[in-house]
Amino acid sequence: MNAHLPALQVVLPLLAAPVCVLLRNRRVVGVWATLIAWASLAIAITMLVHTMEHGTISYALGGWESPLGIELRVDVANAFLATIVTGIASIVLPYGPGSATLAIPQDRQYLFYTAFLLCMTGLLGMSVTGDAFNVFVFVEITSLSSYTLIALGKGRRALTAAFSYLVMGTIGGTFILLAIGLCYQMTGTLNMADMALRLQPVMGTRTVLVAFGFFVVGASIKLALFPLHQWMPNAYTHAPSVVSAFLSATATKVSYFVLVRVVFTIFGAAYVFGTVHFEWLLMPLSIAAMFVGSIAAMYQTHIKRLLAYSSMAQIGYMTLGLSMNSVEGLTGGLVHLFNHGLMKGGLFLVVANITFRLNSSKIQDMAGLARKMPWTTLAFAVGGLSLIGVPGTAGFISKWYLVQAALMKGQIWLALLILMSSLLAVGYVWKVIEVMLLKPPTKRVENTTPAPLRMIWPVWVMIGSTVVFGLWTTWTGTVAEVAAETLMGLR
Amino acid sequence: MTATLMMAAFFIPIGVVPLMWAARKMPDLRDGLMVVAGLMTFACVVGMVPAVSDGARPEVLFFQVFDGVPLAFRLEPLGLVYALVASGLWVPTSLYAFGYMRGHGETNQTRFFICFALAIFAALGIAMSANLFTLFTFYEVLTFSTYPLVTHAGNKAAKRAGRIYLGILVTTSVTMLLMAILWTYVIAGTLDFTVGGILAGKVDGPLVPILLGLFAFGAGKAALMPFHRWLPNAMVAPTPVSALLHAVAVVKAGVFTILKVVIYIFGLDLLYTTGGSDILKWVAAATILISSIVALRLDNFKARLAYSTISQLAYIVLGAMLVTPDSVVGASMHIAMHAMGKITLFFVAGACLVSVHKSKVSELNGLGRKMPIMFGAFSIAAFSIIGLPPGGGSWGKWFMALGATSQPSDYPFVFVYMLSSLLAIGYLMPIVARAFFLPEKVGPSTAHHEADAHGDGQHAQADHPETSIEDPSLVPVLPIGETIRETHLLMLGPIVFTAAGCIALFLLAPQLEAFLRPIVGGSQ
Amino acid sequence: MSAIAGLWVYAVVIVLMMTGLYTVISRDNLVKKIMGLNIFQVSVIMFYVALGKVDGGTAPIFQAAHGEHVDTEVVFSNPLPHVLMLTAIVVGIATTALGLALVVRIQEAYGTVEEAELVRIDQEGGL
Repeated sequence: MNAHLPALQVVLPLLAAPVCVLLRNRRVVGVWATLIAWASLAIAITMLVHTMEHGTISYALGGWESPLGIELRVDVANAFLATIVTGIASIVLPYGPGSATLAIPQDRQYLFYTAFLLCMTGLLGMSVTGDAFNVFVFVEITSLSSYTLIALGKGRRALTAAFSYLVMGTIGGTFILLAIGLCYQMTGTLNMADMALRLQPVMGTRTVLVAFGFFVVGASIKLALFPLHQWMPNAYTHAPSVVSAFLSATATKVSYFVLVRVVFTIFGAAYVFGTVHFEWLLMPLSIAAMFVGSIAAMYQTHIKRLLAYSSMAQIGYMTLGLSMNSVEGLTGGLVHLFNHGLMKGGLFLVVANITFRLNSSKIQDMAGLARKMPWTTLAFAVGGLSLIGVPGTAGFISKWYLVQAALMKGQIWLALLILMSSLLAVGYVWKVIEVMLLKPPTKRVENTTPAPLRMIWPVWVMIGSTVVFGLWTTWTGTVAEVAAETLMGLR
Repeated sequence: MTATLMMAAFFIPIGVVPLMWAARKMPDLRDGLMVVAGLMTFACVVGMVPAVSDGARPEVLFFQVFDGVPLAFRLEPLGLVYALVASGLWVPTSLYAFGYMRGHGETNQTRFFICFALAIFAALGIAMSANLFTLFTFYEVLTFSTYPLVTHAGNKAAKRAGRIYLGILVTTSVTMLLMAILWTYVIAGTLDFTVGGILAGKVDGPLVPILLGLFAFGAGKAALMPFHRWLPNAMVAPTPVSALLHAVAVVKAGVFTILKVVIYIFGLDLLYTTGGSDILKWVAAATILISSIVALRLDNFKARLAYSTISQLAYIVLGAMLVTPDSVVGASMHIAMHAMGKITLFFVAGACLVSVHKSKVSELNGLGRKMPIMFGAFSIAAFSIIGLPPGGGSWGKWFMALGATSQPSDYPFVFVYMLSSLLAIGYLMPIVARAFFLPEKVGPSTAHHEADAHGDGQHAQADHPETSIEDPSLVPVLPIGETIRETHLLMLGPIVFTAAGCIALFLLAPQLEAFLRPIVGGSQ
Repeated sequence: MSAIAGLWVYAVVIVLMMTGLYTVISRDNLVKKIMGLNIFQVSVIMFYVALGKVDGGTAPIFQAAHGEHVDTEVVFSNPLPHVLMLTAIVVGIATTALGLALVVRIQEAYGTVEEAELVRIDQEGGL
């Protein structure tokens, strides 16, 4: 049974998606999708435990051995990522599509679940596959379903947002395809591990350099690295809040992981950092993302847009961790991948609750909300503190690793920049909290009531986890460290 | 056993929070719960004193967070003194707060008291932390849990003060304190508080003053100049908060952090031999003198006390930076001494505001004859702050000054301590003199119109003077005889109690000193 | 000379690619943007097809019947890139279909598919 888990991980949601169309009934489909997500989570956790204890699982799809056949390859890093994706989906799906922000009528909501499960399939496929072309296929499955999900947002601007994401995303995906082609041209294989071996003798060629460039740009578009982030603020702002929660917590993260795999698994740190000096490009861009994203977030008047810009800044932390080329740095990046998923997912759900009641995502309309929705406000505050990186929250753990990595390299200025950028987060988080806490309630707020329990508990599972994982790091810090060592080939 | 008590003391303040939330519709039950929790916490802390003075160091380890850095608690004498101060003053402050908040007609009282309990929880966490990571965690919990208290009034002045408060405290703690902690971790591989220090032999040269400076300025709650501005600005908060912030939990968290770092991270020997603290001695001395001089000139009652706090905190920092056993013990004693004295002064300032609507020093003429008990208590506390018997503060100052005589280059600091006492007389005694000896001024109070000046704005009242008293049974005046009209008993009680505490500390000082000696045990 | 002859296919790919990209960037009409995107994708498909070409190779169809002698002298083109492109073409079609569907919805919602118009309408209508 255990041996087939990697395949099951991808196939289960893939097969479950069309079943949604057959079931049709909104409630039944909701339960069905939730069950699938939970089953996937169970699979992911089983794989994570297995890989922690016994090492990598390799699965030859259809019995065709690699490098000829397609290999699903699950090590600690992949399993960690799959756990994040399925975990977030397991919390977000019971929450439901949040009908207030959805454009389609209730009797067609099964389509939402279908797209959602397909998106999950793609993300899981990207996580577990060991085949380069497979990555492209799953990238496109993810992208196509997420364009659909974003376009489901209420209001016509969701459509233009989805369209511009489609254009950017397709360009990114095609770049990745081209990069794979160039690598295939040089090596004659599509298996990533095999490719890495066969690339070694031809590392100096220009073709490899060009392939690397296309990979980086393609993945960077998908993960919204500054300055290739333009699609993201609009997409997250106008998508249904639940979709924003899921995509911000998983899609950009999996793309980040693809970049990490490209750097460490395919090309190898020696080439990327030793020959090409990728860090000279990535580090300034990451730092710019941290600052530009946070500063832009401070000037937003809509809370979802604010969170989207904050995501851009937080992605900067992750890529910064990658650019440091050390176990601590990569650990910081991977931990932040998990932690940021939790907090940003949680925050978008909080926003979903607020917009569900207020029917507005303008910060000004939330004046005095602390009196009417105290728990939701508290959840926002805790999530916000985690974004800032206050100790006791998950965000602090990531920051700790990153600053430690910088100090261990003797780059005190870098440590200082990381800390200073987290101060900017205080700026944009507090801007919202001040309004919620100190302003007299508006009429809109006066007439509101707390969100129903069905919508509150997923929020608190996410937000509560940010506190739990802010102190108890066995399953985040330790696993991420093992994952980082695995990726860097030290284990 | 002691470890159980320690965990009890740690968890009671947070355990009572959900109960208080549940009782939010019943203010009496809610407030009662808080008092009971306060008494229980204090009892637990006191219960640990015998064991700790016998040399026990109870430890509780929760779990590893980073490699070699657990979330763990370990109690030693210095931490116990801070825990005693925080938990012991919780009950009087709560009682005072009930009188004040209800008498003042404040809104959102449940939020207020919950944040209050959280602040005490954080203070106890700081006091009992076993390593810098745990300390920093609760240090930030304290910052954020007191933010709603500072901005309680919810108006423009409160918002501005809140921004300055968070801005300075978070900026200093994140960019400097956290930086210093991580740097220490990278150098030493551990963050445990160890007798004799963990950096000894691992750092030298200019790195010592740099690291120490990051720690000292990073602990922004210690209000070392130039990072002191949050303290006077936070005066917009209701007076019980000012008392809690400026006498008990917050500012003491700052100096406590500095003391802990000097004693258990650097070790006195390292700093003494390298002279790493020389620059900071002068920074602290300058802070003492400048803030005292500023206090002389301020007419706003609470603002004057705030600058007095800045100067007293710098005493403690200077005591720590002198790195002699005497001065460090004196600085540790002064945490308790100053807390007891300053909280009394703030209580009186708040009572003046609530009962007679006076917020300026110049308006206090003749009040002492109307309120002799209250101003009597004020005088005792003022003696303690100045450093005169029978106030406990005289002992703290004595030992710190004694520490400054250990090497000739430190002699100027003896002079600084003496000069600052003179200045303290200058800014505190006029209040006593006005209250008792000058004739009362007649005419309308100015308290309402001066709301914005120096952040003293009690806006809840300024905005709605007619609704300032919500409960007629709590009219904040206690008539005794014909001419004497003391403040309400809920406020007067705590004032008398803490003033008595100043005298008690004076008498108990030798025991306190013996209790604290072991923290510098192995040095020199 | 032979180098140029051997590389001309890359030139075609690059020209196609840049044409597509330029169309996406410069055209205001959303339908034209989709067309540009298509050209862009086709360029990569062409690239892959060229990859599979082996000099003198024939179509990779295994002609020997069961049990017969296999002629090892025959050179086949590499079928793998061509097969991969089946998937890429499917992806391209899906993208185009979804993109056009979005364009239809945008036309319904805004009454125009010109990007400048859309931006103007959005700015007037606030966020």
